[in-house]
Amino acid sequence: MSDQPDNGRRQFLSRGTAATAAVAVAPGVLLYDFARARPPAEPASSAVRWGLLIDTTRCDSGCDACVSACREENALPLPLKPTDPQWIRKVELTQEGTGRKVSLPMMCQHCAEPPCVDVCPTGASFKRADGIVLVDKHRCIGCRYCMMACPYKARSFVHEPVEDHSGATPRGQGTVESCTLCVHRVDEGRAPACVDACSREGHRALLFGNLNDPDSAISQRLRSVASVKLRADLNLDPGLSYVGL
Amino acid sequence: MTTRLSPRTELRNFALLLAAGLLVAALGLWAAHFMESRGHIVTGMNNQVVWGLPHVFAIFMIVSASGVLNVASVGSVFGRAVYKARAPLAGLLAMALLAGGLAVLMLDLGRPDRVIVAATHYNPTSVFAWNVLLYSGLFGTVALYLWTLMDRTMGAWNKPAGFLVFLWRFVLTTGTGLIFAFLVARQAYASALLPPLFIVLSLAWGHAIFLVVQHAMLRWNAMELHPGIQKRLKNLLGVFVLSVLYLVAAYHLTNAYFARQSAFERYLLLDGGAVTALFWLGYVGVGTLLPLALIFLPKAGGQRCVLGAALGVIVGAFSLLYVFIIGGQTYPLQIFPGYHAVSSFADGAITPYAPSLPEWALGLGGLGIAFLITLVGVRVLNFLPRDVPGQPVESN
Amino acid sequence: MRRMAGLLLFLAALTGAAAAVPMPELDVGQGGHCVNDPQVMRQNHMKFLYQQRDETVRLGIRGGKYSLAGCVDCHASKVNHSVLGSDRNFCQGCHTYAAVKIDCFECHSSKPRALSAVQREGGHP
Repeated sequence: MSDQPDNGRRQFLSRGTAATAAVAVAPGVLLYDFARARPPAEPASSAVRWGLLIDTTRCDSGCDACVSACREENALPLPLKPTDPQWIRKVELTQEGTGRKVSLPMMCQHCAEPPCVDVCPTGASFKRADGIVLVDKHRCIGCRYCMMACPYKARSFVHEPVEDHSGATPRGQGTVESCTLCVHRVDEGRAPACVDACSREGHRALLFGNLNDPDSAISQRLRSVASVKLRADLNLDPGLSYVGL
Repeated sequence: MTTRLSPRTELRNFALLLAAGLLVAALGLWAAHFMESRGHIVTGMNNQVVWGLPHVFAIFMIVSASGVLNVASVGSVFGRAVYKARAPLAGLLAMALLAGGLAVLMLDLGRPDRVIVAATHYNPTSVFAWNVLLYSGLFGTVALYLWTLMDRTMGAWNKPAGFLVFLWRFVLTTGTGLIFAFLVARQAYASALLPPLFIVLSLAWGHAIFLVVQHAMLRWNAMELHPGIQKRLKNLLGVFVLSVLYLVAAYHLTNAYFARQSAFERYLLLDGGAVTALFWLGYVGVGTLLPLALIFLPKAGGQRCVLGAALGVIVGAFSLLYVFIIGGQTYPLQIFPGYHAVSSFADGAITPYAPSLPEWALGLGGLGIAFLITLVGVRVLNFLPRDVPGQPVESN
Repeated sequence: MRRMAGLLLFLAALTGAAAAVPMPELDVGQGGHCVNDPQVMRQNHMKFLYQQRDETVRLGIRGGKYSLAGCVDCHASKVNHSVLGSDRNFCQGCHTYAAVKIDCFECHSSKPRALSAVQREGGHP
């Protein structure tokens, strides 16, 4: 009953802000031109919900371009120890029984109902209005309860002092961190570094866009192909979907 | 009967114990400082096993803190004189254990310097945040309760205060169990069985600690426990140990029945190496069968047997918590059911974990803090359980 | 009488302390026009920074004038390309004088954004 006007409003808002859609400036590079809808001085809006569609049939098991792009963008160390951070990782799957192989990138799933946000005692884990799940490291006390709560093992704890501060996202010892969906790039109208890297390699296994806009490329694709969400049994409504699992 | 120590020997012994406690606590603080300056890289923890040995110590102390109040609750809420004589000691032990446990928990944070943020920014959906209130509330309610016990003019308030403590510790232990029960991510947790399990764990562990401390204090003062009281306290421990065994068995047997959990149970109970050994030898052997034998076998049940049983329960407590906390994390998350997963981030693989020296030092340091508070408390105030001679011990 | 003596002692201690620790001579780097009056900044920079920090991190508001990276861009020393390093460096010098711990640079860069990778490598405090 009361759903009706609210739905209408949401649809109107999402079209108004993000129907500007994605503009291809060069092959493989997408510029998300929502600058007109959201100037830098305006807060992120819930009219937009950022998401990723990962097509595992296009993902090459020998390729880790997304992983190295993330490492470079955020000045992360090369992972050598189980204490080193991994915001995005490649997982190689073999189906039991059939032996079918699947390769995919694994990262923060940017849930609509994130367990990490529920359990965080200080509110350092939070979900931005546009659906991006982040850690406010100014508030993080390093209790690591979010790492216990995340069903995707998406988070890392900074086990050592950080020497290299050249990354796009400030990082510091004793706090928890994870994929930011390259929020600094998204706020500039650019796609996350992993998405661009995958396109540059010619795989185009990663599609980034606004899930709230029915006309966005990601929404259209999600309507036309079968995709799954990881640990769908938990009903966390992740912003990431996978094709070919 | 042992003879009473001369005042000089007594003072010397007290000073020695005090020095030992201070040393252990100081080592713990050193370890915390070391971990804070170098980072958690100096521990055995990693991105898969995010809570290590310090959490085993901290949760043991916090759960036991609620359990040592058993005798106080029986005394004040249910009006039994024998138990009420023990209530002040129980209150002191509860505060000491809680202080030790919270110290370990806080010093193991990645940013212990920012712990105040937990008070200035409060997330109402976080059970950790609820526990901040529950833990500080237990200090307050137990302090109030001790006041009603020690100040004769407050005697009328003893029963209501005792009831408040009883309720509070029930909610507090439930809250501690919920820390794990709310975790849908990992297979070991996310079970509604955990809060009741933590309640019975607290009853058993807390009672065991109480018996050990009472034994030490009575020996120090060359006093003997009335055999009737001894028998009742020992039987109570036996009942608690059996209750724990029942809930632990229910937890593992239901898990083993679910196909999605059977590989995890297989890991814990059969293939887990140290985890499996700790479960069967530590928890089942030393922590359950041995105490039951020492309590219930025909010729057992004497003073030494009860002390042995209580110590066995404590060893079993650490074993069970290690299996639950560490074993629950070393087993990989099941993100892709139906697939075998491999990655550079321990997907699909058991992660090895070995506690480092600073973790041991921090955990033991917490016990040292609890020990110091107890030692100084019983020295400066009158916490010795005194049974009125000739008073009948209720038979039920 | 006693209270007067106490007050005098207190004042003596204050002036004595001030005399013992000289005002820092700061290397202001490039300097120039600040985003607000320097005296206002001296007193309130932390409030401005905290306010903008929360708005940027939690709400996604970008491009505010009170940016920490902005402070560093203008005030990094031309000698070691940093706001830290010695008691002459802009942030460290004043914070040492005021005895206030700064933990900004455990996570944030103390070097200007425009700096080349080579300059970043060297001269770290």
